[in-house]
Amino acid sequence: MREVKVLGTGCCGNCQTTARLIEEVALARGVEIRLEKVERLEDIAAAGVMRTPGVIVDGRLVHSGGVPRREVVEAWL
Amino acid sequence: MSELALNARAWPRRHPLPFLGVAVVAWLALYRALGPLSEALVGWLPLERDSHLGSAVQFFLYDTPKVLLLLAGVVFVMGMVNSYFTPERTRSLLAGRAEGVGNVMAASLGVVTPFCSCSAVPLFIGFVQAGVPLGITLSFLIAAPMVNEVALALLFALFGWKIALLYMALGLTVAIVAGWVIGRLKMEHHLEDWVRQLRAVRPENEPARLSWADRIDAGLASVREIVGRVWPYILAGIAVGAAIHGYVPADFLAGVMGRDAWWAVPLAVLVGVPMYSNAAGVIPVVEALLAKGAALGTVLAFMMSVIALSLPEMIILRKVLKLRLLATFVGVVAAGILLVGYAFNLFLL
Repeated sequence: MREVKVLGTGCCGNCQTTARLIEEVALARGVEIRLEKVERLEDIAAAGVMRTPGVIVDGRLVHSGGVPRREVVEAWL
Repeated sequence: MSELALNARAWPRRHPLPFLGVAVVAWLALYRALGPLSEALVGWLPLERDSHLGSAVQFFLYDTPKVLLLLAGVVFVMGMVNSYFTPERTRSLLAGRAEGVGNVMAASLGVVTPFCSCSAVPLFIGFVQAGVPLGITLSFLIAAPMVNEVALALLFALFGWKIALLYMALGLTVAIVAGWVIGRLKMEHHLEDWVRQLRAVRPENEPARLSWADRIDAGLASVREIVGRVWPYILAGIAVGAAIHGYVPADFLAGVMGRDAWWAVPLAVLVGVPMYSNAAGVIPVVEALLAKGAALGTVLAFMMSVIALSLPEMIILRKVLKLRLLATFVGVVAAGILLVGYAFNLFLL
């Protein structure tokens, strides 16, 4: 089970889009994930994310800023 | 996707430089054709060209593709430029800088570093954590949303390069001076406690090893994202502008927003505060206001105020800045914008 965190305050919708994309790809590939949305500023900052949305997979920061391309998400899973 | 479409999509990646060449030529050709095209279109419609409606429609048909084309062009170029300047790189360039020079660098970097207003606060915190002085961080934070490529592209599209350049110069000046002033006030203690207690971060400079193809991708992605998000506002703004163009008599606004109304500038700044709009929404309206007699300084002050001093942004900033610092921030930036407004009205034209 992969631990995926999407970090973002939710103000521009990109975080929602990213989360949905990740869920879609996980479903399509049959990968089990536990998706967590991190929305508190304090937690986002503590994770060292400067551009939202940020994505952390299994504890590693893999992406920050803008909605990731599908191929990129597929590579994570 | 069909084989042909897939190949078409891969073409920029495989032949980046020819793609750029063709794109530039195509863009220029389209741009030149717009004026004649819009007149021709209006000619076909059952409209009296010189009527209010005819005038408004021609304006709309000419301005809309023109603005969208310019916007796409500028956003694409900026998207490519942005790929050279990640926030991480900007941060490591600014960490520990001396005031003065640091403020100038920060403001300039604010123009070319990709910035999304949702990320303003995480970015601010990231900068502070890495040891970028407060005043310098604020110079960045003021310049980035205000002097952004959308604003510049639209100003260029609607008012020409001189106005666009002037806006950029003044915006940078406000950012530099405001950031420097706040830096001198030594208000680091007015950052929220939880921010100051965050672990310090060593700014690392990751090597940027992107190919031309990657940068073109970044440019195209930028166009898709920004133009895709902003075009309804542009259309709405131009429609309003077109209506004002066609129907409101000239100089109608000269009394209220003209050069002689000294209270117009502060009023414009005040009115701009509770409004938040991206540049795309506000500039076409600004153009129409200008055409009907509002003074340039007043209108620019309004625009800067809408973009740089927005109530939503201040509410978000309140999470990291204590009230006194936030108030100082707003006060200094507002003062800067006021000065810009007055200077424009007094010294230009």
